[in-house]
Amino acid sequence: MSKVLLVGIDGSECSVRALDYAAEWAAAAGHQLIVAHVIEWSPFTFNTPQENEERHRRREAELERAHLEIIDPVVVALRERGVQARGVIRHGHAAETLCQLAEEFGVSNIIIGKVGHSRIHAQLFGSVAISMVQVSPNPVTVVP
Amino acid sequence: MPTTKRGSRLALAIVLSGAALTAHAEAGIDQRIDQAVRPFADAVAGFIFSSFEVAGVGVPYVLVWLLLAATIFTLYFRFINVRAFRHGFQLVRGDYSDPLAAGEVTHFQALATALSGTVGLGNIAGVAVAVSLGGPGATFWMILAGLLGMSSKFVECTLGVKYRNEYTDGTVSGGPMYYLSKGLAELGPGLGKLGRVLAVLFAIFCVGGSFGGGNMFQSNQSFKQLVSVTGGDASWLADKGWLFGVVVAVLVGLVIIGGIQGIARVTSKIVPLMAVIYVSAGLVVIGLHLPEVPSALGAIVVGAFSPEGIAGGAVGVLIQGFRRAAFSNEAGIGSAAIAHSAVRTNYPVTEGFVALYEPFVDTVVVCTVTALVIIITGTWDPSVDPSQGVALTSAAFESTISWFPWVLSVAVLLFAFSTMISWSYYGLKAWTYLFGESAITDAVYKVLFLLFVVAGASMQLGSVVDFSDAMIFAMAFPNVLGIYFLLPTVKRELNAYWADYKAGRLRKFGHAARRG
Repeated sequence: MSKVLLVGIDGSECSVRALDYAAEWAAAAGHQLIVAHVIEWSPFTFNTPQENEERHRRREAELERAHLEIIDPVVVALRERGVQARGVIRHGHAAETLCQLAEEFGVSNIIIGKVGHSRIHAQLFGSVAISMVQVSPNPVTVVP
Repeated sequence: MPTTKRGSRLALAIVLSGAALTAHAEAGIDQRIDQAVRPFADAVAGFIFSSFEVAGVGVPYVLVWLLLAATIFTLYFRFINVRAFRHGFQLVRGDYSDPLAAGEVTHFQALATALSGTVGLGNIAGVAVAVSLGGPGATFWMILAGLLGMSSKFVECTLGVKYRNEYTDGTVSGGPMYYLSKGLAELGPGLGKLGRVLAVLFAIFCVGGSFGGGNMFQSNQSFKQLVSVTGGDASWLADKGWLFGVVVAVLVGLVIIGGIQGIARVTSKIVPLMAVIYVSAGLVVIGLHLPEVPSALGAIVVGAFSPEGIAGGAVGVLIQGFRRAAFSNEAGIGSAAIAHSAVRTNYPVTEGFVALYEPFVDTVVVCTVTALVIIITGTWDPSVDPSQGVALTSAAFESTISWFPWVLSVAVLLFAFSTMISWSYYGLKAWTYLFGESAITDAVYKVLFLLFVVAGASMQLGSVVDFSDAMIFAMAFPNVLGIYFLLPTVKRELNAYWADYKAGRLRKFGHAARRG
């Protein structure tokens, strides 16, 4: 039976390995693959009025950049390989948002890289991978 | 041509301010600046605060105007300040935020930004003056005015979002200028004309307020506090207000002209922390004097109705309380509507619910904590010089936490700075409404703003407070008058939304939905 896999990517080396792993799995088993990128954002920050005024425009720019540089090339490449792929971009807390997406799309397995872009942040506050393993309702595969 | 008309208005504004600042060539720099601005400040204040006598006390018309409005709004919307309080919290928490809209300005962010513009010196210095001149009873009227003011904010901020301008480049601009002109125009051509007049009047007063209460008052009070912690009259800084003003002006200039948003961003993150520290310290002081709390509360209630030794009796107390509440939370003034209108929502009325929390946090929580600390520690003193507002609060905290004046000084400087940044934004929005958006009009406003930072630090407090109160309160005349015409519009929005909310037709997201 065809399942839905979810892979989280941020453009880092490790997330490329996670993507390759997920792509092979999806191609071999004929699963659908959702490629997700989360733009780090919190609804509870304190902003200046100027930042608020420009927020909508910045968000559009962030989404466009994420599409052009991170998601779209990957989705195109996957489709060429014959994988049924779909790209999603969201703002939010990485681990929480990936779990929400998993619920939203009826995902059965989540694949992520062990370390993302910000190693220092991960050292201090724990990595997305560790939080995912703790909070995800689905099996999580962490690719080193 | 509209551009030349705008250009000549702009030129006039520059000449007037330039003349005011360069007049007089005698005495020290501080005195010279003070002398130059004082006659103008006094004239404006005298006009705005014209009052009538009740029981031997002058009651300014503008206070009656604001309070009447807040009461009418509360009744017209059947105690919306109480009814929507819980729902407002759900909205701030994000229960109704669609994850697909993540990344836009949230209710929390709009509220936090508006709050950092209002929580400031009014909560520290203003309350001390009110309690000293009006006795503990002033606190009672301050809280009442805060609760009623919630309804004013509800109306303003709903309208601010409903009638904001959304530009093709994705930015938004809102505030009373827009709801007065666009909102009244919807009601007919006659009212449309009135709306445009009110919008222009509002914008003029808002620019004035941004130079006064949003600027001079802030630089003046933070300078006073800095002098008092560095040794009072003996301080090296004592007669160097202009120097302090120049330093602050440079910092503000880096943000608003240099575009160094980093400074503003850092401030916007530290200010909420300082507010939490301030309230916590207040609670610690209250906690350490727990046995005296019941008698302090008794003094507040008794003092509100039958005060002893207060000029003007109960009416005098009431005026002190109302005046400080209004100055501190700015309900009915219209400034908050500018900050709140940046939120992204399909229902303008939701931002109104969220805005209820502004006077609540500002007046009912923060101001009350200050008042209690001053009353409990017995620091209030009817013979106080109103210019010593911060010093009085500082002494009240010091009597229990000896090192707190230093923390308070940092808080005062940061509050002042963030209030200036917020008001420079409000003022600029009003300014560009009047003179059009261009690089030149922008730059002219910002340079004037910085000149007033210097002027504020150099002047004696009396004229600064009167002028800043005057300009900010003046905004309430066009704002509230226009709002009366727009009340049915807000009521339609409210009823439609409230029916959906009560019937459970609004979609819940996130944690709340998962909890069921």
